[in-house]
Amino acid sequence: MAENVLVTVPPAPPVPVELEREPLVRNNRSIGWVSDRVAGICEGKTPLWWWMAFIPSVGFLSLLGCMLIYQISTGVGVWGNMHPVMWGWDIINFVWWIGIGHAGTLISAILFLLRQRWRTGVNRAAEAMTIFAVMCAGIYPAMHVGRVWFDWFLFPIPNSQSIWPQFRSPLMWDVFAVSTYFTVSVLFWYMGLIPDLAVMRDRAKSKVRQFLYGLFALGWTGSNRHWSNYEKAYLILAGLATPLVLSVHSIVSLDFAVSQLPGWHTTIFPPYFVAGAIFSGFGMVLTLLIPLRKLCHLEDIITMRHVDIMCKVTLATSSIVGYAYFMEFFIAWYSGNPYERFHFLNRAFGPYQWGWVMMMSCNVLVPQLFWSKKVRSNVWIIFILSLLVNIGMWFERFVIIVISLHRDFLPSSWGYFKPTWVDICTFLGTFGLFFTMFLLFMRFLPMIAVSEVKGVTPQADPHHPLGGAKPTNGGHH
Amino acid sequence: MNSTPNKAYGIIAEFDTPADCMHAAEKVRDAGFKRWDVFTPFPVHGMDHAMGLKNSPVGWFSFLGGVTGYTCGMLLIWFCNAYDYRILVGGKPMFSPYSAFPPSYELTILFGAFGSLGGMLFLNKLPRLHHPLLKHKRFALATHDKFFVVIETSDPKYSEAETRKLLADAGSKHIEMVEE
Repeated sequence: MAENVLVTVPPAPPVPVELEREPLVRNNRSIGWVSDRVAGICEGKTPLWWWMAFIPSVGFLSLLGCMLIYQISTGVGVWGNMHPVMWGWDIINFVWWIGIGHAGTLISAILFLLRQRWRTGVNRAAEAMTIFAVMCAGIYPAMHVGRVWFDWFLFPIPNSQSIWPQFRSPLMWDVFAVSTYFTVSVLFWYMGLIPDLAVMRDRAKSKVRQFLYGLFALGWTGSNRHWSNYEKAYLILAGLATPLVLSVHSIVSLDFAVSQLPGWHTTIFPPYFVAGAIFSGFGMVLTLLIPLRKLCHLEDIITMRHVDIMCKVTLATSSIVGYAYFMEFFIAWYSGNPYERFHFLNRAFGPYQWGWVMMMSCNVLVPQLFWSKKVRSNVWIIFILSLLVNIGMWFERFVIIVISLHRDFLPSSWGYFKPTWVDICTFLGTFGLFFTMFLLFMRFLPMIAVSEVKGVTPQADPHHPLGGAKPTNGGHH
Repeated sequence: MNSTPNKAYGIIAEFDTPADCMHAAEKVRDAGFKRWDVFTPFPVHGMDHAMGLKNSPVGWFSFLGGVTGYTCGMLLIWFCNAYDYRILVGGKPMFSPYSAFPPSYELTILFGAFGSLGGMLFLNKLPRLHHPLLKHKRFALATHDKFFVVIETSDPKYSEAETRKLLADAGSKHIEMVEE
């Protein structure tokens, strides 16, 4: 067969400089350097900036606790939700946070299936971001029901009234989608952490650290028989998480699309929500990782190439979202439905025009700057743009929820929604929860997938000279 | 470390590069050993072939999980809304596979994911809180930047002198015994 055929491979022409790709780990770092650098973040002295970020975060987390206690003990009326806008900031923030939670699974699952090897530099932090964002999101529907002590009605649990949840409602589907999303994200994240917890265990100096990391590393040894099962399981989890991430925001969008309300009752919602979720998620990943790569000295692992690619994903999803905005307007006109037509004119020219302008400028216009290579290589501009993306996506949810609800079919039931101070403080409080969790994560767990980053270096490739391969005559490399 | 301890778990050989380790694994495979393993800081591409491993059966666990999830979801919704306590909502059918699909789909993924992780742990006999190798001093580098081949003394082909020679010929500079 092929082995017996003598093949002489002509030497490949040298790659032109402009076509050379920046390596995924810069400066030819050794694989040992990767563990030293990443584990060092959890092992060294706690840096001052960490405390400066952590203390206010805990402050805001306490604010969240106070607001929730106040809301539970007083009633849901402390929020601004009032007829006709019965879904206010609570559902806006729910959809916003859960959208942010989508980049983590996109990076870890979809990019894994697409063999985008650059994902290894950012996937761990993005997955952690997902989990914490979904935690923030989960608070809102749980509180929004008003009497939180009845939240268990959401689940099919036998009870004394022997009545069951009503599965024909998308709100019920949402319960299953969001809880599955959270659970599977945690599983995926934890599974990726197992080999890295073993790294931490093997480096631990104190007994306590050795015991705790060892406990959660489950006795991982790096055995190739284990890696074989592990890699297969990871691939399958990625294959399962991909339809999951696409379904979760689709189902969230069905909460709206299945209703009859102008502005909500539209078939474009599922793909449009998914694109928007990925857009906002990448915005948040950039917001978090641009300062962190500097503060934690990870520039060789989260390189400018990573940042550049993420900017391009943001640009692409921004354009999809922009297309959806225009398509909604077109369909409103083309449908001939007077309520739809009125609704969309009301969006652009009604009392909430400022919300619509914010949404259009932050989500459609501003990300177009990412076409420029200059913009994509300036971290300051990227950081500001990523903040604007987050703001714009918040306004998208505001536009969809509040503007659709405040003027529906009957002018006699029109109204104008205003948030209360409790709405605002609760929202600020969720940032406290998010950043407290994220800072604890990056202080105690490896925020870069150590074993995965090692695997994408040339030193890890047994067919690469740096991986120890001997030069052969006419070999397959 | 030249004398054999009373209860030896196996012989451990250290390598510096994935290529050296892989060639050693090929030699050990060709020599016909059964109870042996390779330990690396990351999955080395091609090592499964070098060790002669078969395709991992984890997929069956995920499949079983997925089927269980979908079936449970459909049955649960049918039982709740169409059998145990029937409530007519908006003239819709008591049970429809369409409205029951989204939650069942989510449960398929949920149980499938538990199947994958659980199957991986089951096949790897994890969690295991103690392993003879974890006591070995240099073995901590298996999660850092070194590559190890370990042949257990319980392998029928094992003989200290010959196995040590095999590993030394494969290019290992560090060969030691590991106690049970």
